[in-house]
Amino acid sequence: MLAATLGSRTWLHRVPAGWKLLALALCSVFFFQVTAWWGLAAGLAGVLALYASLGRAAVKRLALLAPLAPLLVGIALLQYLAADAATAASVVLRLLLLVLAADLVSMTTPMLAMMDAIAPLLRPLARLGLDARRLGLAVALVVRFVPTLFEDWRRREEAWRARTGRRPSIRLLVPWVHDLIRLADHVGDALDARGFSSRK
Amino acid sequence: METRNLVRIALLAAFIAALGLLPRLDLPIAAGVPITAQTLGVMLAGLLLGARNGALAVGLFLFVVALGAPFLSGGRGGVGVFFGPTAGYLVGWVFGAFATGWLMGALPLQSRLARALIASLVGGVLVIYAFGIPYLAFAARLDLWKALVAGSVFLPGDVLKAVAAALLIRSLPEKGYSQRP
Repeated sequence: MLAATLGSRTWLHRVPAGWKLLALALCSVFFFQVTAWWGLAAGLAGVLALYASLGRAAVKRLALLAPLAPLLVGIALLQYLAADAATAASVVLRLLLLVLAADLVSMTTPMLAMMDAIAPLLRPLARLGLDARRLGLAVALVVRFVPTLFEDWRRREEAWRARTGRRPSIRLLVPWVHDLIRLADHVGDALDARGFSSRK
Repeated sequence: METRNLVRIALLAAFIAALGLLPRLDLPIAAGVPITAQTLGVMLAGLLLGARNGALAVGLFLFVVALGAPFLSGGRGGVGVFFGPTAGYLVGWVFGAFATGWLMGALPLQSRLARALIASLVGGVLVIYAFGIPYLAFAARLDLWKALVAGSVFLPGDVLKAVAAALLIRSLPEKGYSQRP
């Protein structure tokens, strides 16, 4: 799986990315002002209703929030001890609400659409030397090389297990990083050889 | 910007993402302590590419995450991660990589291991916490001291990662990584 977007198309996919990002921004500004726990609970219920409207695959994505759970529990405990249950509830509800709302946007917006939506925001940066074509290439390289690098690690890990019978040590990172830089320079030379840098 | 630098930045960003996919590594110095390795990648970006390009690599990684790639450990990605209580740490990664790279070049120390260790501890731990803890305090409506307590659960792991980054750098050739050979 290489995308946070849902596989199936839903009604929210058809809403333009820019509108979704604007709605998200307004939603976060609004709910940062709300302090009553029941107001935030209502907001959270609304977001969850949107999840439900997208189908079962969207609801399953809620499981991805599990890594956040220990921190939220810790925050709730600290708030409960320092203030009261209502404050603890409102803080945790607000965080959950905003994260889930933002996830909703990412789940229904493909990476390319997202990039097109934020392109106008990046235009001022062009004067600082960040041109869109190079950024596009850099993003493509990252997405392209993550599985390659991971596969490379898996091979090293397997060889290590076969040699030692033990779990991989951090020492294995040394040749991995070394070959990574060499790979980068090969790819750079290959791009130059194909005339990448001359096409300004 | 030279193509070579552009590709190095992109591959270091991909490396940080790949580190997030590793289940866990065993550190010989503290057997059995599970670490998620992504801040190790942030430190290495600074140490290997220098301040400017290291920070750009981390920035590119976060940009791709914001576009929707699930590259943070645990498979998280999308704009949602920047709305969570730990968003400050992520922003701190960029400045942490910059500080790590700058210190690695600027510290007046003979020993490469010592330079890398101090650079990783200051850049990869202190600077990142300087962004992460205040934002945690703001997002969770805690006072700074309580946020410091809550945010410090990652501290032992982060210190170990700084040590690991320094040891790793010592094992790599010195020339040819920070500039064009």
